[in-house]
Amino acid sequence: MKEILVQLEVLRYNPDTDTEAHFQRYELTCPEEWVVLDALNKVKADIDPTLNYRWSCHMAVCGSCGMMINGEPKLSCHAFLRDYEGVIRVEPLAHFPVERDLVTAPDDFMEKLKRVKPYIIPKEQKPISEGEYKQTPAQLMKFRQYSMCINCMLCYAACPEYGLTPSFIGPAALTLAHRYNIDSRDGGRKERQEVVATHEGVWECTFVGACSEVCPAHVDPASALQQMKITSSIDWIVEHLIPGGKS
Amino acid sequence: MAKSHKPVVWFPFAAGGTVIAFCIPVIVLLTFLAALGHVPAGLGYEKLHAFAGNGLGKLILFGVVALSLWSSAHRLRCTCFDFGLRADTLVATVLYLAAIIGSIASALFLLRI
Amino acid sequence: MSRRPLVREVPPTTWYFRHPRYLRYMSREITSIFIGAYCVLLVVGLQRLSAGPAAWEGFLAALRSPASVVFQFLCLVAAVYHAATWFNATQKAMPLQIGEDFVPGNVISGAHYAAWVVLSVVVLLLAGVF
Repeated sequence: MKEILVQLEVLRYNPDTDTEAHFQRYELTCPEEWVVLDALNKVKADIDPTLNYRWSCHMAVCGSCGMMINGEPKLSCHAFLRDYEGVIRVEPLAHFPVERDLVTAPDDFMEKLKRVKPYIIPKEQKPISEGEYKQTPAQLMKFRQYSMCINCMLCYAACPEYGLTPSFIGPAALTLAHRYNIDSRDGGRKERQEVVATHEGVWECTFVGACSEVCPAHVDPASALQQMKITSSIDWIVEHLIPGGKS
Repeated sequence: MAKSHKPVVWFPFAAGGTVIAFCIPVIVLLTFLAALGHVPAGLGYEKLHAFAGNGLGKLILFGVVALSLWSSAHRLRCTCFDFGLRADTLVATVLYLAAIIGSIASALFLLRI
Repeated sequence: MSRRPLVREVPPTTWYFRHPRYLRYMSREITSIFIGAYCVLLVVGLQRLSAGPAAWEGFLAALRSPASVVFQFLCLVAAVYHAATWFNATQKAMPLQIGEDFVPGNVISGAHYAAWVVLSVVVLLLAGVF
């Protein structure tokens, strides 16, 4: 195993003692196959136990280890050291308040996820005795891509509109609404429109597309939002221009 | 958080963006050729006046100009916001008004042909 | 529970310099300045056309000024860039599902490009360019 010299420039912030963040440089040797998360773990184990960061699965499915690596939102378990040269700048995920070091406060995101009613609202309630809600493979494929979100918040860090207008509900939450809207078992689109079709909903998006570029699960939130803009526009026409029309 | 009326401006923006994408490049190419001194036959007064003289020609020209104006106005509004100009209501009013006036003017000129 | 969270402000006028993808986005958006200005030119052109042959010739003559040549070239670049980004984006807004599969996005964009080329060639033919 070839070892390489790794230099990390990590943002440090201690809420008890600091009013501003500062950067701390760590130098260490790591096997060249490692990811940034492995390097952080080695820093914490051997150099500086006070460094704080979130991680869990180490395989890009849990969504815990999102951070800015050289200014790009990435999962630190998915950022290979061999892809970087020189000093690697590691910062907490953009557009979220920093609790401590690389740990952000995801409260805004969690609240927005709940706001879009991310659960099946059946067209008709059926008692269990009447059996399951059936779905064909084709119906599943329609929304499957949008169900792959791991809630890592990289899209929020990438989205400039979220950075400029924090009330924006944001890519992941809106994509989750779309996932349920196009699920054949669901009948709650009209309810979700009260959240989706607002100024803070889909209409804050200007299709920058950064969200889809950074998404590690290939969810393509940008496409979900554009599709919802179209359905919301059709809704508006039906509601306002067609006599007796209801969306 | 009431549902937004954004579709009123967004739908024509989307239609206009499509019109711009399909039609404007070739139109610019024609005027660019004219600017270089090679006026295409179709931009000569006789042919163009004849084209704009019939109803379909008027409709096409009006559709292209009006939708392109609106789409550019909307995109420019969003761009101003992205550049840090936060007086969105003022910017929107100025730009959409300009697009509407431009569209009405085009209609009037076309009707005179 | 946050003791005293650090809030990092996003600079409202310079945020797009932070990453090349933001600069690409802003270049796409800036095409609207050129295309908008070009549309104003078209409105002026319509007025000249409606005012008679002398006015129209004057308009064509004004197009030949050096400033106009530069402007026309920039508008051409902007228009083509808008078209390319628009066609690439359209595939995202209109997924086409056939059975369990989706038509690949670049087929949808490709169809747009093809239609664009055909339309442009037809217009150029009708305008007597070739």
